[in-house]
Formats: sequence, structure tokens, C-alpha cells
Amino acid sequence: MATRQTQGLARLMRAPAIILLLIWMIVPLGMTLYYSFLNYNLLNPASVSWAGWFNYQYFYTDPAFFAAIRNTLVLVLGVLTITVVLGIAIALLIDKPIWGQGMVRILIISPFFVMPPVAALIWKNMIMHPSYGVFADIARAIGVQPVDWFAQYPLTSIIIIVAWQWLPFATLILLTALQSLDGEQMEAAEMDGAGPVSRFIHLTLPHLARAITVVVLIQTIFLLGIYAEILVTTNGGPGNASTNLTYLIYRAARLNFDIGGAAAGGIIAVILANIVAFFLMRAVGKNLD
Amino acid sequence: MARVASTRAKVGYTVAAWIVALVIFFPILYTIITSLKTEQEAIAGFNLIPSFTLSSFEAVQSQNNYWRPFTNSVILAVGSTLLALVVAIPAAWAMAFSPTKNTRGILMWMLSTKMMPAVAVLVPIYLIFLRTGLMDTRIGLTVMLMLINLPIVVWMLYTYFREIPGEILEAARMDGASLRDEILYVLTPMAVPGIASTMLLNVILAWNEAFWTIQLTTTNAAPLSAFIASFSSPQGLFWAKLSAASVMAIAPILIMGWFSQKQLVRGLTFGAVK
Repeated sequence: MATRQTQGLARLMRAPAIILLLIWMIVPLGMTLYYSFLNYNLLNPASVSWAGWFNYQYFYTDPAFFAAIRNTLVLVLGVLTITVVLGIAIALLIDKPIWGQGMVRILIISPFFVMPPVAALIWKNMIMHPSYGVFADIARAIGVQPVDWFAQYPLTSIIIIVAWQWLPFATLILLTALQSLDGEQMEAAEMDGAGPVSRFIHLTLPHLARAITVVVLIQTIFLLGIYAEILVTTNGGPGNASTNLTYLIYRAARLNFDIGGAAAGGIIAVILANIVAFFLMRAVGKNLD
Repeated sequence: MARVASTRAKVGYTVAAWIVALVIFFPILYTIITSLKTEQEAIAGFNLIPSFTLSSFEAVQSQNNYWRPFTNSVILAVGSTLLALVVAIPAAWAMAFSPTKNTRGILMWMLSTKMMPAVAVLVPIYLIFLRTGLMDTRIGLTVMLMLINLPIVVWMLYTYFREIPGEILEAARMDGASLRDEILYVLTPMAVPGIASTMLLNVILAWNEAFWTIQLTTTNAAPLSAFIASFSSPQGLFWAKLSAASVMAIAPILIMGWFSQKQLVRGLTFGAVK
């Protein structure tokens, strides 16, 4: 009796969250799917007609689409490589006995809490500005021509900014994993004459494998959606040089008012994200029990 | 001898770690320094010592109607977090203490909603907001931010609640505690730290959200993230003032963030790394 009562109550307590997320998942996504088959432009809202696969074909044959896919991949892979490699190095360093470890951690974690538009503006104006930025000051000091970062290397500049934002996250998670490493095993390996490199490859790296997987997958989900950094710095340009898929869809919807086209792009983004999500769910799911 | 070597190693590691930390922190530090300069100093080349003027902060507060976006940020971040907690606490509680064979599936499904790219539903959400008059309203954006973060909130609470040992409940039941007493006097005190950590992290995430806040606001409901993004070209707002506005936008959350390092790892990895 008591358990049946508890079970009923439990169901009631779960219901609001489940229903809300169900609506949130099904309704907008269903609408996106529907719009993706329509000729629908907000500049001419009176003439809406069935488009079939036209929006997908249009998106698929647009050279901007391939540029966007390429830029998305370069952005994600670039940031992942930088954050994982530097993250491991920094985590190893601050895991050593050092003075002021707490303060060092605070300084390193800080960029993660800077909201994307502010991070982008700081880098754009304070650091990378071709006449007033710190990089330009350094270039002049050593007698080199300052680089106009966002005009000459737009995608690289955005990769640097985003990597700066996500390096703290990677470092913190890898450090957390590192701290659970068995010290005795390490000592035993050291006694047996294993050098630091061999200890790193045979003990530390396998121990970090799981944390690295988590970092890669979670960052990928957020990195596929990079938006504000591009909006504030390059607006996707010059040309399409720094337009990723998210920015391309935003431009179709909000600047070209092309509802059908943006919806078709949205569905493509969902498919891409799902491929990543599939692997993440497996990695996280294993840890649930 | 070994002692000397290890002290020397510690000095070496300490110096290296501090250099790395200062390089990473430098853009923030330099923004803080620039915010304390005059506009002339700010564009006069590299200089780490400002004249410590607060004029930029005063200018930003008076000229640019700074307090409306600031108030919006507070209302949106706190409001969406409280709303999410109201929905998530019962759900996480039920799943942690009366798990069924579906619980695992439900949790994984909730996580999967977080994987949906925001831009995929930009078109319908934008149109819904436009047609229902929710565009540029705090209530519309509060609900949006709540929905975005709900899966993380449920997950974090679930992992905290699960750490509350079941034996304590059994002991309370043996002593004749009713379900009400059990919740009020046994579970709640043990759950409060988990709820507080979840709240902290979620306020940070909501404060820094910068896709929906930019898409769904113009002026009235725009929080700091949207307000700052509108300065993508520093016309009218110059270096020192831009720095002052940036410092004011990130300072509260930076300080909160320093206190939430552990929760950050846990919340953002869905319990996969603790």
C-alpha cells in the first residue's frame, strides 16, 4: 500500500519535468521539419507554398554551405586539439606540488566564466586589434608589421578566442581525473625504473582516457553551436571565411528572412549533432550504474 | 640533499605554473587595467599601470543605460534557475529515491534534449515569439533559459540526491517517521548543499547564455550578454569604457565561478567525471 502510494507520488513528481522537455523537444523540432519543406520568406509572407526537397537541394548546392561545413569542422577540431593538448600539459603542471595552487587554479579557470560576447570583444579590441591591441604592441616592439588578425586569419582568430574560453574546462576536468590517479602505482613504476615519459604513456594517459573522451564530446556539442564570438568579431567574413553552420543558418533566418532554407539547414545541424550525441550518450551511460 | 632537490623542483614548478596562469588570465587582467585608464591612456600603447580613474565606470553607468541590462541579467539568471529548480527538484527526487526500470532511460533521454543544437529550432522559436508577443519580454526569455538548462539541473540534482544514503531513510521509518517528517527533517537538510551547488552553476550558465538572449531581445529584455554584443564596433563606446562595461558584466559571475569549480566539473560532465 505504502509503496503503491509512493510510486504514484513519484510519477506525479516526475511528470512536470518530463512533459516540459517532451514539448520542448517535439514541438519546435516538428515545426522546423515542416518549415523545411516550405517556400516561406518573411519578406513575402503571403505566398507560402510546398517546396518538397528544394530547400535541401538549395542548401546542398550553395557553395557557402560547404564552406560552412568545412569551417565548422576546422573550428571544432582546432579548438579540441589545442584544449586537450594544452589541457593535459597544464593539468600535469598544476598537479605538482606548487606554492599558491589555489590561486593558480582560480586564474586558470577564469576565462570559462567570461560570457562569449565579452570574451570576443576583449580579444578583438584589447589583444588582436591591428593598431591598439597587445599583439600589435608586441609586433612593433620587435620591429615586425602588426597582423590584422580578423581580416587576414579570421578563422584562426576565432579558434584562438574559443580555445581560450574552453581551455579552463578541459584543464579542470583533466586535473580532476589526474588527482584520482593511484600514487602508489606511480611510485612502484618509478621504483621499477620507468622514466617520466614511459610513466606518462603507460600509466597517466590510459587513466586520463575517459576524461579526455568526456572533454572531447562535451566540448564538441558546445563548439558546434559557436555563434556570439563570430557575430561580435567577423560577422562570418570576409566572405564566408569564418562562417560556421550555426552562423549560416542564423544568416538565412534573420538576415535573409528565408524560413524554409534556415529550417532545412537546422535539420542538417540536428543530424550532425546527433552523430556526436550518439557517442556521448554511450560514454556517459556506461558510468550511470 | 633530497630535500634541497625537491624544494628546487617545487620552485621550478611554481614559477612555471604561475607564468602559465598569468598568461591565461592576462586578457581579463588587461581589461581590468584598461577599465581604470583614461581614453587617451587606453590607446597610447602597452601600459600596465593605469591612472586608476573610475571615470569610465561612471560614464558607462550614466550614458549607456547600463542598469537595465544588468537588472535583466539578474532577473533572467535567477528567475530561470528558480523556475528550473521548482520543476527539477521533485523530478530528481522521485528518480533518486523511487527509481523504476524506466529511470535510466528517462535520464538519458533528458540528456539527449540538451544535444539539440539551438540553431535548429531558431526558426520556430523566433516565429512563436514574434506571433505571441513574447519577443523582447523577460518572461519569454526566462522560460527559454529554464528549458535549456532543465536537463543539466535534473541531472546534477539526481547525482547529488543519489549520494544520500538510503539507510538513513530506513532508520527514520523504523523510528516511525511519516513521509512528511522524512522529507522535512531527514532529506531536506542533506539535500540543501546539492541544491545550492546546482543553483550556483545554473545561474552562471544562464548569465552567460548568448544565443537566445541575442536572438529574442532588442532593448527591453536584453541582458548584459545581448547588450555587450551590440558593441561589436566600438563606435561611441571607446576602449576604456568598453573595458569598464565588460568588467561590470563579468565580475559578479567570475567571483561566483571561483566558488563553483567542483560543481562545474560535475554539472557539465553529467556526473561522468567527479
